Amino acid sequence: MTTTETPKTVLAPTRGARFTGAAANYIDERTSISGLVKELGRKIFPDHWSFMLGEVALYSFIVILLTGTFLTFFFQASMADVTYAGSYIPLKGVDMSAAMNSTLNISFDIRGGLLMRQVHHWAALLFVASIGLHMLRIYFTGAFRKPRELNWLIGFVLFVLAMAEGFTGYSLPDDLLSGNGLRIIDGLVKGLPVIGTWTSYLLFGGEFPGTAIVGRLYTLHILLLPAILVAALGIHLVLLVINKHTQFAGPGKTNDNVVGVPIMPVFAAKAGGFFFIVFGVIVLIASFFTINPIWTYGPYDPSPVSAGTQPDWYIGFADGALRLVPSDWGFMIGPWTFSLNIVAPVLVLGLFIVAVAIYPFIEGWVTGDKREHHIADRPRNAPTRTAIGAAGVTFYAVLWAAASSDLIATHFGLTIEGVITTLQYLLIFGPIVAYLVTKRICLGLMKKDREIALHGYESGRIVRLPGGEYIEVHEQLSDYERWRLISYDDYKPLMLRPDAKGRISVTERLRAAMSNWFFEDRIAPVTRAELEQAHHSGHGAIEAAPESEPAQLH
Amino acid sequence: MAKSTTPRAAKNARTNRKAGRRSPLASVALIVIGLVATGGAYAMFTSSATANTATANSTLTSDGAKLFAANCATCHGMNLQGTKDGPTLIGVGAASVDFQVGTGRMPLAASGPQAEQKPVQFTANQIKALYTYVASFAPGPGIPDKQYLGGNGDAAKGAVLFRTNCAMCHNVAGAGGALTEGKYAPSLAGVSAKHVIEAMETGPQNMPVFNDNNLTPADKANIVTYLKYLDKNPSPGGLDLGNLGPVSEGLFLWIFGLGTIVGITIWLTAKAN
Repeated sequence: MTTTETPKTVLAPTRGARFTGAAANYIDERTSISGLVKELGRKIFPDHWSFMLGEVALYSFIVILLTGTFLTFFFQASMADVTYAGSYIPLKGVDMSAAMNSTLNISFDIRGGLLMRQVHHWAALLFVASIGLHMLRIYFTGAFRKPRELNWLIGFVLFVLAMAEGFTGYSLPDDLLSGNGLRIIDGLVKGLPVIGTWTSYLLFGGEFPGTAIVGRLYTLHILLLPAILVAALGIHLVLLVINKHTQFAGPGKTNDNVVGVPIMPVFAAKAGGFFFIVFGVIVLIASFFTINPIWTYGPYDPSPVSAGTQPDWYIGFADGALRLVPSDWGFMIGPWTFSLNIVAPVLVLGLFIVAVAIYPFIEGWVTGDKREHHIADRPRNAPTRTAIGAAGVTFYAVLWAAASSDLIATHFGLTIEGVITTLQYLLIFGPIVAYLVTKRICLGLMKKDREIALHGYESGRIVRLPGGEYIEVHEQLSDYERWRLISYDDYKPLMLRPDAKGRISVTERLRAAMSNWFFEDRIAPVTRAELEQAHHSGHGAIEAAPESEPAQLH
Repeated sequence: MAKSTTPRAAKNARTNRKAGRRSPLASVALIVIGLVATGGAYAMFTSSATANTATANSTLTSDGAKLFAANCATCHGMNLQGTKDGPTLIGVGAASVDFQVGTGRMPLAASGPQAEQKPVQFTANQIKALYTYVASFAPGPGIPDKQYLGGNGDAAKGAVLFRTNCAMCHNVAGAGGALTEGKYAPSLAGVSAKHVIEAMETGPQNMPVFNDNNLTPADKANIVTYLKYLDKNPSPGGLDLGNLGPVSEGLFLWIFGLGTIVGITIWLTAKAN
């Protein structure tokens, strides 16, 4: 970029090149930026579709920032009473808060306002969804392992912040839906033992709904949360650059290199183009599909509640937990009633979220693996992790489905009680079944891979030998294809060993038990010896085993 | 009016006669007699008019009776008294019959959590015959007046009433919602104004009754106006995804939004052949 290479030919640089050179030099002499540009410009990014999901999140966040700025020009975060006098007929003359009034004005009386609102909201949904998918990719490929555990944690914080941003934004228009959502939060807070009522009064500045909450949420939504989010996002990206990107195993791809395209110019061009594609998809959706029609919800009033009142999808799992908790959970001690209807779901969700956050540390502790990992796992090659992930996804999905239990009932002609009971059972047994099935599928796939690596795949060509015997010819894989199948980390259950003092601590016992659980069932990767053995045992004409590369990594 | 005037007039005449047979009172008597004659004639005229309507009604009623016996009596009983399979229809009123039969809910195809809407089984005249017949047993809510059906009320007032009284079951946009034990509040899209008002007045299935003291006829007309507004005006924001709220939005985003994006990422990273 900023280098001053001597041209090989004697041609004088054109005016444009001279100007670029001079300008670059001017900036570099004052900022020493060339080192950074050189370093970053040569940063390599591997190519795989699933590596672009984080980018989708980043780009939708940029779209949210752009449209959100537009919306702040016109939105009034006030709960002062006004009478609507805008152009939407079925709300004319209705009393509402200034927040609702201004949101309606953005929707109907400000040029481009409705589109901006819809782009903002759809982009927010996409933002959280792409973060979720990105997290699943990281999880199932083991890309959270050392040295990336901290970045997983920061990413997790980003996910929580995104949900908080979403929820505060959802509550701002002060329409019926958002007010109902806040009422549920109010109930949730009040349901916490001892501190509940006081916390609720603190949040709402008095009895719900009060006149303060929209202003407070607005400050959080446009100031505090985005500031933390941008900071965390910055660290996330810096760590990404420092740690380098993971890659899938393949010919020439090792734990010590990154194979892909450099940021400058290919990746930057692709990424820049991709930003506009994501932006375009969001705008297209926002142009054709209504989102959050606050005009039908009407202004918030504590008395009405609409059928089909749900939070946006990313809060759905919490709503589902509240719907699934049995309504009679609770007990009495003397004159005091202790209701578990709120505490139980809050605890369960809290545990679930914490488990997601600290999973890399748990797995690191169980395996005792202190090596750096830059090769992404194929999900099948880590059966227990994949199975735990599948169980977690099932758990989340059941809670998520429970948030729409009423719509499932009406749209599939079922009783809502039946739906709830089924989901209650599924919440407990679904993850167990998902765990067992996934683990078996993974092990089966590993067996298949091992078989193919050793004996090739069935070609479907039947040959009759001179002696009358029929055999099916097995085609051998190329070295490149085989490499993909056999290069993965092999863990064995930890041996329980006494420490220096000759004792076996409880933690060590737990660790050994966990390790046993993780790696008891395992398919060992094909060793070089096995490969040679297989190839010399003869299945017709077979090429030799790879000479230069070890068949096993560790 | 005429009937109530008659005895009072007669009484007046008697007292006048008792008071004395003097000529000054003769004019009063004459007036009284005139009034009585006019009133009587009016009463006669009115009663003969009633007789005409009754003839028309009796045809309708007898038609209705036949239809009722053929289609409804199995469950509701020959005399509307009800059986173990169906409630009594005495006093349900014309509005109830018009709603249930006019929206195809009755005759019931099968018993279930609630009567399903299905294609209407009878012509308008047959429905009229049926409700006339049922209404002839005992008074009840009648067919709503045409002036409330035009959708010329105040949509904003109707919307406020709708959100307060109807939305918890029918959803703010009238898209319907779930009730207990497989019952549900149906979608209100495209339901005629007459049926909406009849439903409010009679409370079919699980719906509560909103009588005229609860929601005045003008209130009901406003609600109808709002529903008509929703029917006639598509969502300003584009396709409404069934007006089901955040669930359909989230589902759409995951399947079509994220689906499209993932498709594009696969396309972008695909290797050239």
